[in-house]
Amino acid sequence: MHMADALLSPGTGIAMWGVAATALALATRRVRERSDDRLVPLMGMLGAFLFAAQMINFTIPATGSSGHLGGGLLLAMLLGPHAAFVVVASVLTVQALFFADGGLLALGANMFNMGVLPCFVAYPLVYRPLAGARPSNRRLAVAAMVAALLGMQLGALGVVLQTALSGISSLPLKGFLLLMLPVHAAIGVVEGLATAALVIFLRRTQPDLLPFASAHGAIGARSMRPLVLVLAASALVTASVLPWFASTRPDGLEWSVARAAGTHAPQAPAGGLHDRLARLQRRVAWLPDYELPRTETSPATVERAAWPEVKPATSMAGVIGGVVTLALVMAVGFVLHRRRARA
Amino acid sequence: MNRLDATLEDLRSLDALASRDTALSRLDPRAKIVATLLFVVTVVSFDRYRVAALVPLAIYPVALATLGDVPSRLLLRTLWLASPFAVLLGIANPWFDRAPMLSLHGVELSAGWVSFTAILLRFALTAGAAVALIAGTGMAALCAGLARLGVPRIFTVQLLFLYRYAFVLTGEAGRMATARRLRAGEHSRLPLSAYAALVGHLLLRALGRAERVHAAMLSRGFDGELRITHRWCWRRADTVFVLGWGTFFALARAFDLPRAIGTALGGVLA
Repeated sequence: MHMADALLSPGTGIAMWGVAATALALATRRVRERSDDRLVPLMGMLGAFLFAAQMINFTIPATGSSGHLGGGLLLAMLLGPHAAFVVVASVLTVQALFFADGGLLALGANMFNMGVLPCFVAYPLVYRPLAGARPSNRRLAVAAMVAALLGMQLGALGVVLQTALSGISSLPLKGFLLLMLPVHAAIGVVEGLATAALVIFLRRTQPDLLPFASAHGAIGARSMRPLVLVLAASALVTASVLPWFASTRPDGLEWSVARAAGTHAPQAPAGGLHDRLARLQRRVAWLPDYELPRTETSPATVERAAWPEVKPATSMAGVIGGVVTLALVMAVGFVLHRRRARA
Repeated sequence: MNRLDATLEDLRSLDALASRDTALSRLDPRAKIVATLLFVVTVVSFDRYRVAALVPLAIYPVALATLGDVPSRLLLRTLWLASPFAVLLGIANPWFDRAPMLSLHGVELSAGWVSFTAILLRFALTAGAAVALIAGTGMAALCAGLARLGVPRIFTVQLLFLYRYAFVLTGEAGRMATARRLRAGEHSRLPLSAYAALVGHLLLRALGRAERVHAAMLSRGFDGELRITHRWCWRRADTVFVLGWGTFFALARAFDLPRAIGTALGGVLA
């Protein structure tokens, strides 16, 4: 469920980067404080393990999502939440660079969805209380299942909200949620099963490898501070960046608010599509290339007038221009290539 | 599980590309990182219905990939493998967004198709730039650049370690998967119990290896601090690179060149 650059608006992408960078700064500081020089190769190796293990997977066809070991929770049990977050973030970075999974702007959002949520929310707030101090195998498995499932649901919710706030996709919020949450519930169950099976396997073979699997492990009360700080930072970034974003691009927040309100609107049957079109018309009216609405009378006529005329000449100009420019770009690439080949 | 082998192959070819000495690899990695981030932000800052206006920006990934000698097949394959999420979400646009927007010789195209095309183009541009960046820079240089840009050292060291051992463990996972396939049959599904044992053993091997690597590092004088050496210093070429591309992005954002060309040509044709 890697969020993609193509679906992000700059405001949302940069805001998510702010949150992820804050989490990364705090987590690396905590890792440094542990000053355990075994951690460097251990974290690197576990990152490589996660990278490889994510390819041994079950894919869920036709959804574009691949279910694999998300790994945040498992790593938190092995390394503690802070080191686990650093590892997950590094795996996501390598995936973004080498496989274009997600993208560079979406990396912040992905670190949040697949790193911050499982390591700093699902692990401390769900897994540890459920597992307790000396968990039996069954209790451990149940706690891992529930935490993995919940972490996955939160991540999917994150993807939906980031997509909705960006307003690039036309998927209605509610429909998208109804699509994503059940799909990721299924993936979450399987991931939970995989995590639980792995944890029990490890416990059987090398019980000392899971120092963070029980609630009375090495973490003290102090370790909750980064979580609080990250959540506070998220709130701050959201509060400071999103209004700016919403004022420059008047669709984002309004869009989701209107969508949420739209579900209560009386004209329910045709409501979804109609609402969408009406908002679309309002939005398109502010495009610089089209005329602004000239008259403002009743809302209905405004909507009519706001929709720009479909002008064949303009359409044609766009298409011809696009194709010609693309040809020019290809030509430049070709010339560069020839020159390199000759050199 | 051919995917493991295919991934390893891709990693190796990108790694081999990055280790070559090209005009691009001689630039300071910071210049390439900054320019690429500017590029990505520029691409996503366009309105969702702008398609043609995005096209001039394609020259950045095309130039980077060409100068870095990235084979187009590798680039296209990576894009193809990474595309499902953006494509599947994007394809919903024509369904929900049916207002007419373009009219070409009487054929009307809905706004949804326009924004879907824009999503595909955005995806190709941003993903292509990321792959071109790494192919033209290399992981070691990129990490050195990130560290000098202020990214926490623990993270850059982690990236380097992860990258180094990704080859080893992916190869190991591939061999384990092959061994299983040879015993269980080509198309047998992986049951959860076997999955846990397979991945669990991979994990145990990883942990064992981490311990040996740690011992090896200690024997070479590791003191808890990893020093990344770098040979780059910021030169005039780097400033020119960043400023040049930055100006180009700003111009491409401000002026709709394709539309101007199209209008001019349209006038000539008419």
